[in-house]
Order: sequence, then structure tokens, then C-alpha cells
Amino acid sequence: MAKKVAFLQGNEAAAQGALYAGCSFFGGYPITPSTEVAEVLSIELPKVGGKFIQMEDEIGAMAAIIGASLTGAKVLTSTSGPGLSLKQELIGYACIAETPAVIYNVMRGGPSTGMPTGPSQSDVMCAKWGTHGDHAAICLVPASVQEIFEETVRAFNLAEKYRMPVMIMPDEIGAHMRERIVIPEPGELEVINRTAPSVPPAEYKPYDTKFGDVPPLAAFGSGYRFHVTGLNKAEDGFPTTKAALVQAEEERQIRKVDANIDDIVTFEEYLLDDCEVAVVAFGSTSRSARFAVNEARKAGIKAGMFRIKTFWPFPDKQISALATKVKAIITPEMNLGMCTGEVKRCSAGNAPVSGIFRVDGEPINPTQILEKIKEVM
Amino acid sequence: MSFDYDKYLRPGKLPHIWCPGCGHGIVMKGLIRAIDTLGLEKDNTAIVSGIGCASRLPGYLDFCTLHTAHGRAAAFATGVKMAKPEMNVILVGGDGDGTAIGGNHFIHACRRNIDMTYIIMNNNIYGMTGGQFSPCTPTGALASTTVYGNPDPAFDVAKLAIGAGATFVARGTAYHATQIDKLIVEAVQHKGFSVVEILDDCPTTYGRRNKYKSVIEMMNRLKDVAVPVKAAEKMTAEQLQGKILTGVLHKEERPHYTDEYAKVIARASK
Amino acid sequence: MEKKLPTIEIIEKYCKGCHICVEFCPTKVLEMKGFVASVKNLEACIKCMQCELRCPDFAIKVTA
Repeated sequence: MAKKVAFLQGNEAAAQGALYAGCSFFGGYPITPSTEVAEVLSIELPKVGGKFIQMEDEIGAMAAIIGASLTGAKVLTSTSGPGLSLKQELIGYACIAETPAVIYNVMRGGPSTGMPTGPSQSDVMCAKWGTHGDHAAICLVPASVQEIFEETVRAFNLAEKYRMPVMIMPDEIGAHMRERIVIPEPGELEVINRTAPSVPPAEYKPYDTKFGDVPPLAAFGSGYRFHVTGLNKAEDGFPTTKAALVQAEEERQIRKVDANIDDIVTFEEYLLDDCEVAVVAFGSTSRSARFAVNEARKAGIKAGMFRIKTFWPFPDKQISALATKVKAIITPEMNLGMCTGEVKRCSAGNAPVSGIFRVDGEPINPTQILEKIKEVM
Repeated sequence: MSFDYDKYLRPGKLPHIWCPGCGHGIVMKGLIRAIDTLGLEKDNTAIVSGIGCASRLPGYLDFCTLHTAHGRAAAFATGVKMAKPEMNVILVGGDGDGTAIGGNHFIHACRRNIDMTYIIMNNNIYGMTGGQFSPCTPTGALASTTVYGNPDPAFDVAKLAIGAGATFVARGTAYHATQIDKLIVEAVQHKGFSVVEILDDCPTTYGRRNKYKSVIEMMNRLKDVAVPVKAAEKMTAEQLQGKILTGVLHKEERPHYTDEYAKVIARASK
Repeated sequence: MEKKLPTIEIIEKYCKGCHICVEFCPTKVLEMKGFVASVKNLEACIKCMQCELRCPDFAIKVTA
């Protein structure tokens, strides 16, 4: 059977990926450069009985999807930098209340309004540190239209599997670029749904650790009655200030990601076997990096690329190993050193790390990276 | 016959957190009686709140309860109702939560006319944080952040709701206990966004600062200022000076949001 | 015929001593005993239920 091929923009692919994953509720607010996700889903969701709502603001959009998720729906919102800042409080709510939700954020410049139509990679720290309090974070950084589709599906899977908000963050280039993509057949990609409770309503506790670090989540209206709050809570969902209970709950929420890093973290190793100079890149920047690595190889330099596909949790283990193997690491990124700092932390001085930073609304081009490769070798 | 509130309360949660004489407990009892009259199914009813003293209410009730973030109850509830329109959704909260930080969500829920009921306990103050002025604190009143007298004019919550498009708006007081459940029953039965403002008292952070000698004095004030809309029709402007209308203030029929979205689904599915 | 008296149950652990029931009882059935409400004159009770309705603390149950 012929594969279904389409020529899609990144944002359109995200919308299609959401539908593939079984998304049935979208709450959003218009913002460049992510609005196409909302536009496509406003057309497609009602066709399949799903719900689309344009809320009064970014915070309202985040609130609406959490509310909808608690009724059992798979939910999505899309936004960009300033919107991500506004959503942060309720991203924290989704963390503490352990509510699955996917946040698709297209990275444009900043701080504040920045450069709405320019590419950037400067929201990656906001994905982890944007909301207050200790919490786990998962953030995927796709590099192509095909990958935006597939990683949107994976973002839903991770959100449902680990009962938490998951971010997927293409940069503006990936979001607005059009590419040929192959739409997977139904069943071709894994689709995960949250675990339903196995106990009767009378025995149900929304954060029951008897079932492990990710307790089953019942749906409102399904016969299970429970309490959801943003306060620190005990296993029964009710607020508590009991020190031991609060500590245990907080640690469990971090652990559910920390203990499953190998299941969550994905990356691509490109020509790293004999590599002497490694470019660590993500998103659109990795496409320039691949070109530069190929050019360097032609010039006889043993260059390679480690491409980050999951920014959070950060691939600490892999970067640490890489740093002991190569002579130098180069980190090109469309911000002023966010990934570079993480790479330096992981390499712990074992390899010198040189950043290439751009925040002028222009992509990092292969020549810049190639020059840096030659410079450090 | 004594009303069996225990049927709707979560076991072991009382006594509640509210201060002596706070009217929130009276409102909660009115809500419970209304739910009983309406025969709402516990499994199929969500009670949603924001942050603040009044927003602690859902935790006591044996329903699907959602204690959200400050001001966001209406937006969370909109998600619940949109995703599961067959559920009854009731919002509860205070004046600061609903009309300041949550003002935007409030007016848009009114505009959408989404079929939910919002009970606003208006005690004219931010109680939980210790008595700062809210958008419903009267001009000149004292609060911990208006020690020289409040320079701000106050919102009329009911007018705000009517102006924003709510199709059922009523007002009662914590003193007039039997009226509370009657208004809530009518509000929930109404198809569309219904708002029930309950004038409430905060003896701890508002009363003491504003020269109310006791809870009783605050209750008596609620008794005195309230004028039923029917009675007001026969009163002169002079007689109505300083009075607050109670009862059903506004009622109209207008298509409600989840019904309208069902039509969107029907059109899209063709 | 002997008048059938209601029972007024005060749940002392819930009562916060706000005085509302005492003050607004039209026939002055209740009084404060220390910090909690207490029945003083049951015979006067007209079963209007206002004390139960207005008790913010779920501390009064009147059974007619």
C-alpha cells in the first residue's frame, strides 16, 4: 500500500500528529508563530467529535485544557514565548496535580514580545525553570516537519504515561517550514493512553503510590469522585502540610521522570564513532550542523554531531561520555548559551566547549559552524 | 426536620477552616440544600473553585471537586464543561478571586453563556491573605492596604455579569439563608451562564477594621441593606439609597455555548 | 394536649461560638455557655429552623 505523503508546514504537522495521538480537546489563544496549530484543529477536531476552544487569554487556554484533561480527554495547547511565560503558573498546576497535557511552544525571540516572526531557541530554559517550585520537566525539540509530527505523538504518549505536562518546542523555522512528510498509518506509531484505575471508586485515591510512581488517574464523570488541588497534597488528593507526606510527594514527582530517563531521552548520533570534534545541536540549528559536519569530513576533519531530540531531561549521561571521547565540542544555538551551559556542566572540563550564539532573528548557517570546527581543530 | 448535610459532605472534613461567624459556611449549606432539591448526581457534578477562603469550599463536598489556581476557576470549569457537557458544573469563590485576578475569565464565561453556575461569595475583602482591599471593597473602607481609606470605586458584581452577557443573575445574602438555596436552584436550572452573588461577611479581616462590633452587627447590616427586587419596585429613589437589591435580577434566554458547539460539530461532520 | 418538643442538638466540637444562632433566634431558645451555643429554653422553640439554617459551622441540628 502506498504511503500517505503530504507537503506540510511544521505547525500543520503538529496538528496532524495531535489528531493521530487521539487529541480530543484543544484550548488556545492566537499567537505568532504557532497559530496555525489552532487554525487546523478548529477545523479538524469537530469533524471527529473533538472540541476546540479559543480562550480569552493564554492562562485561560492552559486552564481549560487541564480541566478537560481531568474529564479524561487528551489535550493540547499551542503557544509561543510570551504565551509560554503566561502559562507557567498553570503548567506548575498540571505538574503538582499530575494532569496529562501537551504544550506545543514555537520558539521565537525574547524576552517579552521579542521578534515574533524570527526563529529562536531561547525558550528551552523556560521549559524547565519557568514555573516556580520543584518539578520534573519533559521537553522535546524536533528538527524537521516529519519529526514534529512524530514527536507530537510522543509528547502525548509521555504526558499520558507519566501523568504530567509535556512540552514540544520547535523553533520558528521548523514550525513554519514546509516539507514532504510521510503520514504514518494508524497503528504504525505507538499511541499510549493514561492508565485507568483498577480499584472500585470507594477505594480510589488519585495519588495512590501502591500503584507506583505514576498512580492511575480517573476521569471526572466516570463514577470516581476525587479532589484535585494545587496545594501540596497527600495520596488521597487532599491538601496536607504534614512534612513527611509533602516531602514524599514532591520527591515522587521528580522521581517519575528521573527513574525513567532512558525511556524518555532520545538523541541522534551522527558520525560520532571516530569523531574528534563534536557539534552538539538541536532543532533547525542541527540541520546547519549536519551540513557543516559533512563539509568538515570532506576537508578531512573528523567531525560529528550529537543531536539532542529530548532537551529535558537533558542527555547528561551521553554528553558526559562524549566529552571524554572528543577533543572539542561546539554548541551552536539561537540563544546566548542555554544549551552550552548544560553541555559544559555535563562535560565537566573533559572537553573544551565553544558556543556559537545568534539572537538576531537569523538562523545559524553551516559556514559559521564549519569555521568554528576549523578554528578549534 | 433537620436536613441531612452529611449525605453530601466528605466524612471527617469538619470543622471547616472558616473563622467564627464567616458566612461561607451558610452559603455552603445553601448550596448543599440546592443540590439536594435539584437531585444532582454526585458522580456527574463538578464543583470548581479558585483560591481564597471561599474557594476552599469544594474540598468539603463529596463530588468531583477541582480547587484550581487563583482566579482561574471559570477557565478550568470551561474546559470541564466543554469536554463533558453532560456534567453539571458549579463554580464557587470569593470576590477578589472572581473579579480581580479572575475578572477576565469571569466576563468571558458570561459572554459565552456556557451552562454553568457561578456562586460568588462577596465579603468585600481578601480574607485569606489578611484583609487587603478587593475590587468589591466599598470606597472609603479600611483594609490592610487602604489604611487611609479605600480610594477605589467598587464593582457591582451583578451589573458586571449582566453587562458581560450572563443570562441569569441573582443576589442573596448570608443572612437570608433560605433564599440562598432557592436562588441556586433557579440558577442551576437555567440553561446558560448563571451568577449568584451572595453578600457575605468577613468579621475577622473586614468587620474589625471597619467598626463592626460583632458578627451580629455584620449580619444585621446584610439584613438591613437587602431589598427584594419586588419590594424595590414600590420604593422611591430616596428610600432605596444605600440599599442593595436581592433576588433574581436578570433572566433571559439565549443559546448556550455547549449547545452551540454541538451545532459546530454537526456542521463540521457533514 | 401536650406540646411535642423538638430536639436541638448542638455539636460542640463544630461550634465556633459566633453567636449567630443565639442572636437571631426569634424566641430566645439558645444561649452561649462559655464558647459554645447551648439550649436554654426548649419550650419556646417554634421550629422555625433559622438557627440550623444560619449556623455556618454545621453545629446545630433541629429535629421537629
